[in-house]
Amino acid sequence: MDFSITQDQKMMQDSLSRTLSDSVPLDRVRRYAGAPADAGADIWSAIADFGLAGVVTPEAYGGLGLTLLDAALAAQALGRAVTPGPFLGGVAAAIALNEAGSADQQTRWSPKLASGEVTAGLAISEPVAGARDGAGVTAASGKLTGKALFVTDALTADLFVVADRSGNLHLVKADAAGLTRAAMTTIDQTRRVGELTFHETPAEPLGGPGTLARLRDAAWVLLAADSLGACEVMIEKAVDYAKERRQFGRVIGSFQAVKHMCAEMAAELEPCRALVWYAAYAFDEARDESSLTAAHAKAHTSEIGRFVARTATEVHGGMGITDLLGLHFWFKRVGLNRQLLGGPERVRRLAAQIQGLAA
Amino acid sequence: MDLKLTPEMEAFRDEVRGFLQTHEDRYAPNAGDERPREAALEWQALLIDHGYAARTIPREYGGYGAEPDILKSRIITEEFTAAGAPRGFANQGISMLVPTLLEVGSEEQKKRWIAPTLRGEVVWCQGYSEPGAGSDLASLQTKATEDGDDFLISGSKIWTSTAAQADMIFCLVRTEPQAPKHDGISYVLFPMKTPGIEVRPLKTMTGSAEFNEVFFTDVRVPQSAVVGGRGRGWFVANATLKHERGMLGDPNATEARLHSLIELMKTERVDGVRLIDDPVMCDRLMQLQARVLTMKFNGLRLLTASMTGESAGMAGLVVKLQGCELNHQIAALAIDALGELGVLYEDGPYLRSKGSWQRSYMFDLGLIIGGGTAQIQKNIISERGLGMPREPKLASV
Repeated sequence: MDFSITQDQKMMQDSLSRTLSDSVPLDRVRRYAGAPADAGADIWSAIADFGLAGVVTPEAYGGLGLTLLDAALAAQALGRAVTPGPFLGGVAAAIALNEAGSADQQTRWSPKLASGEVTAGLAISEPVAGARDGAGVTAASGKLTGKALFVTDALTADLFVVADRSGNLHLVKADAAGLTRAAMTTIDQTRRVGELTFHETPAEPLGGPGTLARLRDAAWVLLAADSLGACEVMIEKAVDYAKERRQFGRVIGSFQAVKHMCAEMAAELEPCRALVWYAAYAFDEARDESSLTAAHAKAHTSEIGRFVARTATEVHGGMGITDLLGLHFWFKRVGLNRQLLGGPERVRRLAAQIQGLAA
Repeated sequence: MDLKLTPEMEAFRDEVRGFLQTHEDRYAPNAGDERPREAALEWQALLIDHGYAARTIPREYGGYGAEPDILKSRIITEEFTAAGAPRGFANQGISMLVPTLLEVGSEEQKKRWIAPTLRGEVVWCQGYSEPGAGSDLASLQTKATEDGDDFLISGSKIWTSTAAQADMIFCLVRTEPQAPKHDGISYVLFPMKTPGIEVRPLKTMTGSAEFNEVFFTDVRVPQSAVVGGRGRGWFVANATLKHERGMLGDPNATEARLHSLIELMKTERVDGVRLIDDPVMCDRLMQLQARVLTMKFNGLRLLTASMTGESAGMAGLVVKLQGCELNHQIAALAIDALGELGVLYEDGPYLRSKGSWQRSYMFDLGLIIGGGTAQIQKNIISERGLGMPREPKLASV
């Protein structure tokens, strides 16, 4: 029995964090966020050079052949550094190929995804988070029609994993006939989402509703891990600021009112770590618990994330809401993670359904 | 991460299960406020004989004498919880005094007190808190003045559970009034029958008297009753508090409580509709389930840390705060699920579960305060966990 991350995993996280602070420092993120035309190719190549594009792809296809727990630990480091890039879609596409891809599909796509040469976007929002404004995709004789919203890296990805209304999955190339793409502007400009419109667009089938559930669980875990990392940094920044900022003749971090805000954040966040770890572990090693723990990880880190984002900002006083300090990058990151692929209430309803507690 | 158990541990689990099945007819819980009954004393003796109580206490002091093994302890806890089997006594004598004596008691004190305490024959109460010394425990005022080979103890204690049933008290008293406040305290053991002791029940909002006030007037206690050296009481008591903190926040018990709540919500109906089918109630339940899981898995982290001898850091510091609050929240949802029935109490035809949810809801508020208030816990987390500065002392008072 060993409920901890290994020395190798810790080293991977530390090393990734160092890579990101060198190659993708906050001012690079800031430039990316301020320029919608910035495709962030250098950012992705730093991530791909690290091997993360192929983190869960088998070694036979040039990947690292690791588990979702390793991917989640990477996501946590990416969240810490509010790093842009198509990591989520890449892991999801690799899982879809691993679990439902034909030998031909694996041979064609897995190596290119693993090397980072091809990037992937994830278009499963409607069947997971619910369809609004008539969105949703219908499949008929190998062709897709309709629209998908909140597609990750919609404008830059080369390949999309698309779920239709019945929960069947498809691979669609970015240059496929009848596909148009448009940006959606969100609060969080460190990652980009957009809208895909399909008109009789050719697509390759890649797994049914069972595979969609696996992608959903994996994505929930990765979003939870990303929020975990973002929240850690917000708490660290709040504590550092409170130890430095002086008011009434002493550092504000010596006031119980401020200390208790920081303690509450830490006390709420720390147990989340164990839940995220377990949910990621369960994805590979305890499949019968995987959907329930992934749902709880996603919903709970969203709740705690909102509390931490708000409280950490408040500890910073007026500076917290300025662009000058940049704390808002983490605030918004956590904000997007909360809503993407289902807000907490929707995800918890699913958690109840999984256990037979709700219809 | 590898959560599989070795074949040896699986075999141990089977052994515990076998014991529990064989002895199902002898289960005897220790009845709350009263002195243990005969059946409970027998059950306790059986548990000690088989190593399910007093497991790691040396045999020469009446324990089972096993090597500490956290995994085995956890398996025992899990299997007893799953079987609904009583775990033997968890009184303050066993959880606090015995570890303290093992650590700093004289050989004579160990020989005399540990075995009868483990068997439930000697019941102890704890005399720490005073009306003027709660969170600031070291400012306690109960004084012990020298009189030949004895002390004469005068003062009062509060929040003393089981004082009315206890044979003995382990008590903090001020023996050196001139010393700085942490250095003048001694830890003494004396019988509750000693002349000059008066116990007054302190009725709480649950309606029962879980606690007492205890008054001392010139209580004569031999100086040989001091544990761990005169003036060392603060350090002795802190050794004990360390043991107390180790047992706070049992995720198995919290998980069991959540399951009772789920059963309640599946059976309880309003206008013919099950509570679990009310989306708002179900959502609240799911929020609490997520918290129960975080505490459960955080517990596994702590377990792993203690197995490898690493510090659990923040993961350990948050348990008391989060665990106590969570228990209270689970009871709070049960009360809301019961609706108007949730205000019934004690007896009557409409009362559910003998009023246990109502009692828990009120009693658990005391647990959030006891053993260090939530605010004291937040000070600990911010200072020890986050490295934030202490609140500066006032220049003079």
